[in-house]
Amino acid sequence: MGIDGFDIPNLDRDEGADIESMRKACTLAVPDPVGWQEEDISRNVLVTTVDAVINWSRRASLWPVNFGLACCAFEMIATASSRFDISRFGMEILRPSPRQADLMIVSGTLTWKMAPALKRIYSQMAEPKWVIAMGACAISGGLFHRSYSVVHGVNLIVPVDVYIPGCPPRPEALLNGIQKLYEKIQKQSIAQK
Amino acid sequence: MTKPVATKELADRLEREFQGCIIESSDKDIVVKAEFVSKIALYLKDTPGLEFDYLNYVTAVDYKDYFMVVYNLISLKNNASLILKTRCDNRENPTVPSVVGVWKGADFQEREIYDLMGIRFENHPDLKRIFLWDGFAGYPLRKDFVNQ
Ligand code: SF4
Repeated sequence: MGIDGFDIPNLDRDEGADIESMRKACTLAVPDPVGWQEEDISRNVLVTTVDAVINWSRRASLWPVNFGLACCAFEMIATASSRFDISRFGMEILRPSPRQADLMIVSGTLTWKMAPALKRIYSQMAEPKWVIAMGACAISGGLFHRSYSVVHGVNLIVPVDVYIPGCPPRPEALLNGIQKLYEKIQKQSIAQK
Repeated sequence: MTKPVATKELADRLEREFQGCIIESSDKDIVVKAEFVSKIALYLKDTPGLEFDYLNYVTAVDYKDYFMVVYNLISLKNNASLILKTRCDNRENPTVPSVVGVWKGADFQEREIYDLMGIRFENHPDLKRIFLWDGFAGYPLRKDFVNQ
């Protein structure tokens, strides 16, 4: 059976093989990016001055990609709309395209079937890029931890910069997480990224 | 709200039409043998006075010894509803005839049951997993499913 030249049974089989191999490969968490904590570079005066400017411009204009997966997504949407107003922090809209984004807010339950898509979208984002894991599900699988289909935390698939606990975290918590990300970006150095 | 039909009378009527098709009937539901399902479905849909033209849902239950497939039928014309059930005693290879030919809406739901409960639907046009991926081991909604 085929639609527009696609071989559907093969697509299904390939997808299944992809997911199974990912499931076997991703058993350990990707280490959190911590390079920005290194003291040595921050003593270099020239680099730090340039860093300050670049980091300021980077953090003041983050472009988040919309990766809403489950209930947490609604808190993210609320954060983006008028009452909490994410644009106060330099993010006007959640981008639908990863190529225009440098921050991925993973809000919700990640299933193994979705995991290859998450990885691909992360790879499509331009460097430098950051990831926020929003909610218990994105951090560890949350209340679906023992389910047959849920990934035990998005840090098995991509490196995570900020974890926001809660089920779901309130918009204030997301904004707080974004502030924390600002602090982190401010300490980064172009010598690393 | 739809009114439930008088199941006892309907069961007698079905018994007259298809000998030996009824396993049991209560005042809430009718349980029929699996091999009669598609014929009974067509009969319930096309007979004047019954006209169950809308399949509200089809789902399945694991009772450990056997499976039960449950159809909730609604007649929009007569404002009536009916719970039709069928039993599946073979746990190794549970099979039920598909009703996609009668109600198109059964398509995805039968695939869902196949995916999560492992019941095969004969003559389904495209019976494959719908939520889980190809190569997933086991059927997670079965009571004896063990998560690795
Ligand atoms: S953490 Fe809670 S609110 Fe967020 S996706 Fe999971 S279950 Fe839903």
